[in-house]
Amino acid sequence: MSAVAELRELGNRLRQQFSQNGRSKPRIIVGMGTCGIAAGAREVFQAIIQEVENRRLDVVVGQTGCIGMCQKEPLLDVQLPGGPRVTYGNVAVKDVPRIIASHVLNGKIVADLAVAYFADGGFHLEGIPSYDQLDFFKKQHRIALANCGHIDPESIDDYIAAGGYAACAKVLTEMTPEEVIAEVKEAGLRGRGGAGFPTGLKWELTRGTPSDKKYVICNADEGDPGAFMDRSILEGDPHRVIEGMIIGGYAIGASEGYIYVRAEYPLAIKRLEIALRQARERGFLGSSIFGSGFNFDLQIKKGAGAFVCGEETALMASIEGRRGMPRPKPPFPSVSGLWGKPTNINNVETLANVAEIIRRGAGEFNRIGTEGSTGTKVFALTGKIANTGLVEVPMGSSLREVIYEIGGGLPSGAELKAVQIGGPSGGCIPAHLLDLPIDYASLQEVGAMMGSGGMVVMDQATCMVDVARFFLRFTQSESCGKCTPCREGTKRMLEILDRICSKQGREGDLELLQELGEHIQDTSLCQLGASAPNPVLSTLQYFREEYEAHIRDKRCPANVCAGMRAPFEVDLAACIGCGLCARLCPVGAVSGERRKPHRIDAELCISCGACAEKCPVRAIAQGA
Amino acid sequence: MGCICTDGNREMQIDLAPLEQILAGYAREERWLIPILQDAQDVYGYLPFEVLQAIARHVQVSFSKVYGVVTFYTQFHLKPRGRNVIKVCTGTACHVRGGGEVLAALEEALRIKAGETTPDLEFTLETVACLGACGLAPVIMVNEDTHGRVNPDSIKAILDSYRKTAPREVAAV
Repeated sequence: MSAVAELRELGNRLRQQFSQNGRSKPRIIVGMGTCGIAAGAREVFQAIIQEVENRRLDVVVGQTGCIGMCQKEPLLDVQLPGGPRVTYGNVAVKDVPRIIASHVLNGKIVADLAVAYFADGGFHLEGIPSYDQLDFFKKQHRIALANCGHIDPESIDDYIAAGGYAACAKVLTEMTPEEVIAEVKEAGLRGRGGAGFPTGLKWELTRGTPSDKKYVICNADEGDPGAFMDRSILEGDPHRVIEGMIIGGYAIGASEGYIYVRAEYPLAIKRLEIALRQARERGFLGSSIFGSGFNFDLQIKKGAGAFVCGEETALMASIEGRRGMPRPKPPFPSVSGLWGKPTNINNVETLANVAEIIRRGAGEFNRIGTEGSTGTKVFALTGKIANTGLVEVPMGSSLREVIYEIGGGLPSGAELKAVQIGGPSGGCIPAHLLDLPIDYASLQEVGAMMGSGGMVVMDQATCMVDVARFFLRFTQSESCGKCTPCREGTKRMLEILDRICSKQGREGDLELLQELGEHIQDTSLCQLGASAPNPVLSTLQYFREEYEAHIRDKRCPANVCAGMRAPFEVDLAACIGCGLCARLCPVGAVSGERRKPHRIDAELCISCGACAEKCPVRAIAQGA
Repeated sequence: MGCICTDGNREMQIDLAPLEQILAGYAREERWLIPILQDAQDVYGYLPFEVLQAIARHVQVSFSKVYGVVTFYTQFHLKPRGRNVIKVCTGTACHVRGGGEVLAALEEALRIKAGETTPDLEFTLETVACLGACGLAPVIMVNEDTHGRVNPDSIKAILDSYRKTAPREVAAV
């Protein structure tokens, strides 16, 4: 039997074993990604084990990765033999006995805690939505995240049952490297790490460079504040990335690969280690994989805390044991990379798409998304939004769809001001551009960037100057110092922003920011520097009046910047004259006689809000 | 970070036996430098001078290169860090309510300056711009706990609650 048929059969057998009807014991599955654990999943897991032991139950307690609903963590699934898999959200330790007593023992779903159920298997439940009916999932199209929150990331059988390693078997036994590259090119896959370089072309260039040794690297040095999709994929479905790397290695002719993960992701590293061991045991890594004669193995390299190592040449320097500093390109890594050998570097999410392209065929894949940006993109939705979490949508979806239809809009009362996309290398998109389709070209046009996919929703209480300063401070402190524009230029820009945010802004500052920013964009050695001005330039473009208010009126319209916030005022009619505010005020700005209305001296008030917070009759509020 | 040659910590005796064990597991190649540094810091808590020297010899790279790598990555520390990290807020509200005196009192009580660590490795003292708890000013943070409305007199009880032997009596606000 051929390798492909063999694997398909193993998958079928496992699937049957695992299928909704085929399981003989009740299963309790806890979402154990880093975010779930931070929300208390480990305690919930312990409580389940305890309850199961106390009651001497014959159930399987398992784990899965993150399904993306951060808002509802910790999540817990219960599935009875022959029944649907039901998810419970915001589960506390105290809820565990109830869920077990009711659902596991008596088959009665605890409706007030249930979030959704998996409809596959033709189930229908009254009163609880299926996952497909939830707004959060309705418009999503999951490829990279397809298994996250479904399978046990520490079980290779789970991955195989979901169709895993079949693409790898097909590639190694039935396709030539050239055919693989042609397929990926036709699929139109572009790098998901930020710049969007066509993946197939990168593979072709690396394949085309003659060498006795070549390398594949998975860039898992996800460092953008506000982006965590790579961590989630590695924690929830590590085999998918490994399979992508084997296929990439075969296509370019590499025998060795590295996964460069930040040390701050210990759980991802642990799950990768387990997955690598399992893949080796099955012969998916090692010599002559699937009897094809193709040898390939992978190693994990831990980062040591340097944001710039997300840049490919810096990353390679770090693997070689040196300071992670970028070097000029060309030569590109495809020609001269790790230890001077041709090297192909892809991001985690990019690699997570590869097996699916082979499995579905390029024609199926490139039907998703837009012409220039095929497939899907994962976004980390955070900030002032009802449903925070990880979402995967077809390229070309509008910001409005993502924020309002999937994300549920802003919490009540808040009004959208801007969306920050792409982290420190991206930009702020104002509310009036909400119908912008999310694809590489459109984002670039408005001064943002796909970046790694962080999406921070901001409301009117956000100061755009302060946001720009936050991101610039980040890139400034992470600048490696090798090239002058980035090292000195970002420092000067930050000084100007610090000045503007502390009442010291002067006429001409904005023009200077613009000029400096454009020079840094043009002349920096690597993308860290070249994209560092983006948050400043895009806010300057869309929120210039806010900068001007800081400079000319010494006023922060969003009441964020210290010393420029509106002073607090007392509602004289409501004040009972208790004097609490006068005692609390750190600067003695409140005066008044006992039992008479008090007043706040606007000149002295530092707008710390201590008075308003403690006022027993809520008579103090911030002025306009 | 000052010049390591004059580092007072050099006087401490460093037991190199655990390092030898780590080094035995790695080939003598530059590519293993960072993994070795990571393992060594796991054992020693920081990277002492003697340890760096031995590592440089092992991977056959000059000491200055090793030093360059160590100072490049934020994960690595050349000086021991305290078991407890104290962050003193120096924001506006804390400043006007006596944050400066609190910092001075901490420096006096611990006999170190901001940015330093006590010789017994119990405390590291740092300052931060604003902890966002102005209503509780002055504020300090010890590890993950926020302590509000502290004054020079309440410092001692807070410090004692974090010392190894003492029970944690002071409730965090």
